[in-house]
Amino acid sequence: MNPPLLALSGLTKAYPGVVANDDVSLTIAPGEVHALLGENGAGKSTLVKMIYGLVKPDSGVMRMHGTLFSPQEPRAARAEGVGMVFQHFSLFDALSVAENIALGMENAPRLGVLSQKITEVSEAYGLPLSPDRIVGDLSAGERQRVEIIRCLLQDPKLLIMDEPTSVLTPQEVEILFKTLRKLSAEGTAILYISHKLEEIRALCDSATILRLGKVVGHCTPSETSARDMAEMMVGSTLKTPLRADKTPGGVLLELRGLKAKSPSAFGMPLRDISVQVRAGEVLGIGGVAGNGQDELLAALSGETLSAKDMVWFKDQDIGPLGPTARRALGVLTAPEERLGHAAAPDMSLTENAMLTGAVRENLVRGGMLNWPAARRFAEKIIQAFDVRTPGPGNAARSLSGGNLQKFVIGREVLQRPEVLVVNQPTWGVDASAAAAIRQALLDLADNGAAVIVISQDLDELMEISDRFAALNEGRLSEPRPAQGLTVDEIGLMMGGAHGMEVAHV
Amino acid sequence: MDLSSINPVLFVAGFLVAATPLIFAALGELVAEKSGVLNLGVEGMMIIGAICGFATAVETGSPLLGFAAAAVGGAALSLLFAFLTQITLANQVASGLALTLFGLGFSALLGQSYVGVKPPRLAEVNFGPLHDIPVLGPILFSHDIVLYFGFALVVVVWAVLKYTRAGLILRAVGESHDAAHALGFRVVRIRTLAIMFGGACAGLGGAYISLIRVPQWTEGMTAGVGWIALALVVFASWKPWRLLLGAYLFGGITQLQLNLQGAGVAIPVEYLAMSPYIITILVLVVLSADKSAAPASLGRTFHASS
Repeated sequence: MNPPLLALSGLTKAYPGVVANDDVSLTIAPGEVHALLGENGAGKSTLVKMIYGLVKPDSGVMRMHGTLFSPQEPRAARAEGVGMVFQHFSLFDALSVAENIALGMENAPRLGVLSQKITEVSEAYGLPLSPDRIVGDLSAGERQRVEIIRCLLQDPKLLIMDEPTSVLTPQEVEILFKTLRKLSAEGTAILYISHKLEEIRALCDSATILRLGKVVGHCTPSETSARDMAEMMVGSTLKTPLRADKTPGGVLLELRGLKAKSPSAFGMPLRDISVQVRAGEVLGIGGVAGNGQDELLAALSGETLSAKDMVWFKDQDIGPLGPTARRALGVLTAPEERLGHAAAPDMSLTENAMLTGAVRENLVRGGMLNWPAARRFAEKIIQAFDVRTPGPGNAARSLSGGNLQKFVIGREVLQRPEVLVVNQPTWGVDASAAAAIRQALLDLADNGAAVIVISQDLDELMEISDRFAALNEGRLSEPRPAQGLTVDEIGLMMGGAHGMEVAHV
Repeated sequence: MDLSSINPVLFVAGFLVAATPLIFAALGELVAEKSGVLNLGVEGMMIIGAICGFATAVETGSPLLGFAAAAVGGAALSLLFAFLTQITLANQVASGLALTLFGLGFSALLGQSYVGVKPPRLAEVNFGPLHDIPVLGPILFSHDIVLYFGFALVVVVWAVLKYTRAGLILRAVGESHDAAHALGFRVVRIRTLAIMFGGACAGLGGAYISLIRVPQWTEGMTAGVGWIALALVVFASWKPWRLLLGAYLFGGITQLQLNLQGAGVAIPVEYLAMSPYIITILVLVVLSADKSAAPASLGRTFHASS
């Protein structure tokens, strides 16, 4: 038998206070699509960074085609045929597509020659891309194509993809998968990291599951259910959020032809959004990032004020009211960006609890801060939402992303909102914490609140929404009952494939 | 008032000289900022260059050795800034301001015994018959080698930034240091080199003031040119050609107001003295309407997390 393309054995990497990878071994054959599964902090990123030469292992060996492989830097890894598509794109906004690609190549040809090659490769793999465009103007899907083409131009033997589909519409995902299958058929191995288990079942030949830095199992994704894989990742039985049968109550929040300019130069204006949300109902709003999600949240929270007669809460026009007035009425929001928008990074959890809770929890009296009450409120959030932190005196920055997310969502949920708007409530949160957050949102709706969940995670929206609508170019589609919606229908609501074509295989 | 006393040929030749220190200092800062580093210590590096160049030229009798020493002195001081901001991750604004204050004080100390000394003169380049062309000869072909070097450096920096891989990497580091790090570029090393280039250029600019333009040594003789250079980089939208234009404009109006003062124009001296600053900034503000040109990582501290 031929030696495998890449064999890792006994890789260990420790950071101060945490062992990121502990004795990890796996093998990848040429042309194999291998999934790497695990919760946040399970060590997936550290492992691929070692293969790509960004991090050096403390011990253990890597072999490529049977010979020792220890890249000192990404350059060396690329020379050996390892390509990587990053989770957070490693692109330069102000530079053109061709310049970006040249930066990631060892022996970049002249820009003219390179542009021609880019066009050739992009057409061969059904990923149309104009080499002269400035990357800052591209959509998320197009940016990812830049990264993929950058890798393909170097004839990789192993392509590492770190959560590639989180920014794509279902149609774009389908096109990406066709490209990856074509590559795999040509003999390129793919190491694929994702949280989305259904995608892994559809795409991957084999999977390695990591938990707390250790390999806890291997499986064949097509023969294992998503639930079983999730439970292997978490190490315990997973609770599916439960929702009670309910009949929606009266209309709590109504948007009537909401229009708003975006506060940022590259933002998306809201165009004529009309929708009603009833008590006890969860409205899920999907859509590819950058289609008006942030702007909609700002218009609902009161960060951007609206003209008269556009935003109604019960019988009151709240369009001209600011965030504090809206909070006092019971319209609460939790924005997407945890550090810097939902929470002040360098302030303690008590102070952060004070920031949004002051009005409804009576934490301020006559302009004076009531610290003991704020601390009690923060402790209540920490306890109710299982936030892992030494105490409420710790800075928000010191919490891991998932824990801080639980804190900022819990902070709003515990203020007994009548309307709660959340953007990306479980972004970057591992499976068990995500389930807890979703359950809290459902419980809130069961108790008679109207909940709007803006998210790019379609599985999440399908799981908790009563009705689903999609944002596309600042317009909101007609909401439809979430049960029974097919992926194709959702994709069309989200605006289709944005002009991408299927690979000509 | 006698405007006819202003000789247009001498005036143009003079403003090329007046603009040269600014070209050097601003060009060096442009490269540093393109790599994402905001070094507010230009004034300090210039004055250190001015005294290093002056002292070396006086001691050795060779102005060119003086310029070399000025570049080394400016680069050495910038290395202190690089250590503070790239290794100890100190705040760039505060470090840059400290560098200016330190440079001003340290140069005064170094220069104590050089006050009132006359430096050796740098000869003009001999262009032979070209020098005898009427009008053009005295304007373009009657200068020292360093002035031409300054102009050439603008062309070189422009070409390197636009056409070479090294320039592309430099711009990439300034645009997103995290992405550049992920691709395997050595962000700290590249930035340190850019800072040192900036320091050497500022040093040359300072020495051009103390050896050619004024030529003598007095404390604080750079008189804010370093700050103008900083403003010039921003208003020139980080583009070398626009920077050259702004520097000539500033040099030209400086020279013009001196000539006007000499001619006894009935405008208070204070207004004339402030005019170069105001007009240069006004023109460049209008030119810099396209604001998106700032390097995206400018002034941000880079810390490799892995």
